[in-house]
Amino acid sequence: MWGGAAMGKHDFSYFFQEGLKNMASHRLMSFTAISMTVGCLLIMGTFTLVAVNTALNLSALANSNEIVAYVDEAWTPEQARALEKQLLKVPNVTAARYISKEEALQAYTEQNPEEELFQDLDPGIFRDRYALTIENLEQIAYTVGQVERVPGVVKVNYYEEMASGIVTVRNVAAIVSAALIGVLFVVSTFIISNTIRLTTYDRREEIAIMKIVGATNGFIRWPFVYEGFLMGVVAAGIAFLLQWGLYAAVTDAIAGNDAQRLFSILPFSRIWAPVLGSFFGAGMAVGIGGSLTAIRRFLEV
Amino acid sequence: MIRLKDVELVYENGTKAIQGITLTIEDGEFVFLVGPSGSGKSTIVKLLTGEILPTFGRVMINGFSIMNIKDRQIPLMRRTLGVVYQDFRLIEKKTVYDNLSFVMRAVGASPREIKERIPRVLHLLDLDDKAQCRPPELSGGEQQRAAIARALVNNPSTVIADEPTGNLDPDRSVELMRLLVKINQMGTTVVVVTHARELVNRFGKRVVTLDEGLVTHDAVGRYVGGRRYG
Ligand SMILES: Nc1ncnc2c1ncn2[C@@H]1O[C@H](COP(=O)(O)OP(=O)(O)O)[C@@H](O)[C@H]1O
Ligand SMILES: [Mg+2]
Repeated sequence: MWGGAAMGKHDFSYFFQEGLKNMASHRLMSFTAISMTVGCLLIMGTFTLVAVNTALNLSALANSNEIVAYVDEAWTPEQARALEKQLLKVPNVTAARYISKEEALQAYTEQNPEEELFQDLDPGIFRDRYALTIENLEQIAYTVGQVERVPGVVKVNYYEEMASGIVTVRNVAAIVSAALIGVLFVVSTFIISNTIRLTTYDRREEIAIMKIVGATNGFIRWPFVYEGFLMGVVAAGIAFLLQWGLYAAVTDAIAGNDAQRLFSILPFSRIWAPVLGSFFGAGMAVGIGGSLTAIRRFLEV
Repeated sequence: MIRLKDVELVYENGTKAIQGITLTIEDGEFVFLVGPSGSGKSTIVKLLTGEILPTFGRVMINGFSIMNIKDRQIPLMRRTLGVVYQDFRLIEKKTVYDNLSFVMRAVGASPREIKERIPRVLHLLDLDDKAQCRPPELSGGEQQRAAIARALVNNPSTVIADEPTGNLDPDRSVELMRLLVKINQMGTTVVVVTHARELVNRFGKRVVTLDEGLVTHDAVGRYVGGRRYG
């Protein structure tokens, strides 16, 4: 009998090579499993990236988590400034920025430089105001109602439709992509699991002999775990490169058709790390999950 | 040491394969286990390897109690055994050398141990020049010796052979038995399951005779009894 120490030792290079051999023994199945996983990861990635960029543009467009509360004209500037504390007490309001009439006028003329008509306006026609930042967009209507009840506030402006539109789009997109990603994960895991089950079937004689001579379950299992791991990692690598190419192509196409730069897109250089990380994480989870489902049953006795 | 105490085994389909056997095999013994077909010989082999558990009674193998053994310890128990099957169970796509290195690897032997051990075992079984052959390229006798080589390569304290001469002509069978006797003389306990009456009588070893799941004779010398065999 050979050293008892071997019971727990992890012979990485052996298991890894056996895993590779397993993969090579079913080139077509492994190729299919990897391709499917690549497809799943790409769909997952594309969905997420579209969602991220859309959300970015929508919120920039509407600035919709900001509402404007106008202060009663009868109040002195000092009284107006003192309102800040009251406004911050309203639940869901996270910041209150005071804007005096003069500042408001200046901002307005700067934003509309071509409208000469407005260039010499009297600040008196503007009101002092607060720009309030809202934490939870979904409760914006309720929060607006509470702000309106603060003494000294005469009017509140907000983009109600835009806000609820964004919330709806965001929620629907999140649910749809979560469901889609979930289904794709199950499908990938299933395909990898079937590929590995095929390998275990091919190697059933070897497995039976390993058991009879006293190999541990762990020893028998590891090559299949590496097989799944390798498939997941290879799929993640390929999917990452394809996602990168796809993103670059789409970015170029949009830039070419969008002379006014209405739509801004995050550069890939800013998102590659999370993309790579989640692809590898998901690839490994699917690969190892697949192999564990495949070998769970046949290791009893 | 192998010890069966009041062992009964009923298969799931209700077949009472072993009906109450008590049997002790000391370290270093050579034992023939004989009996007609269906008398329970292979069932005893499966009990000894832990493939099946007794329905009743106790089984002790080289210090492990099969009833109380932890899952983790089953591999350790199996490492004390070398099993030879009638149908060899060699991996056809691996060479003889790889069939041996594979089972050494499976119990954690280092590449150096493997390189030292395999040539010695192949030499013992007169398979020196067959190391790079695959099983289908070997004769029946050579395949049988390769199967024994694989059972021996992990240096077990007990070798169990289930009908090892089943596929061999009489001369080859005698040769194989001599080999098993030689292995026994080197200190290994040997249990040989067979129903080859002439062969058993030739060697003058302890013979345990089974019939219908019971031990009917246990004595040194001859294959006695057995209403039917074959
Ligand atoms: N897996 C099994 N399931 C049910 N019955 C079995 C099984 N294996 C063997 N038997 C039955 O148990 C009895 C003993 O079989 P076995 O131990 O194989 O006999 P032997 O090896 O002496 O020919 C026989 O009646 C056989 O049909
Ligand atoms: Mg039998």
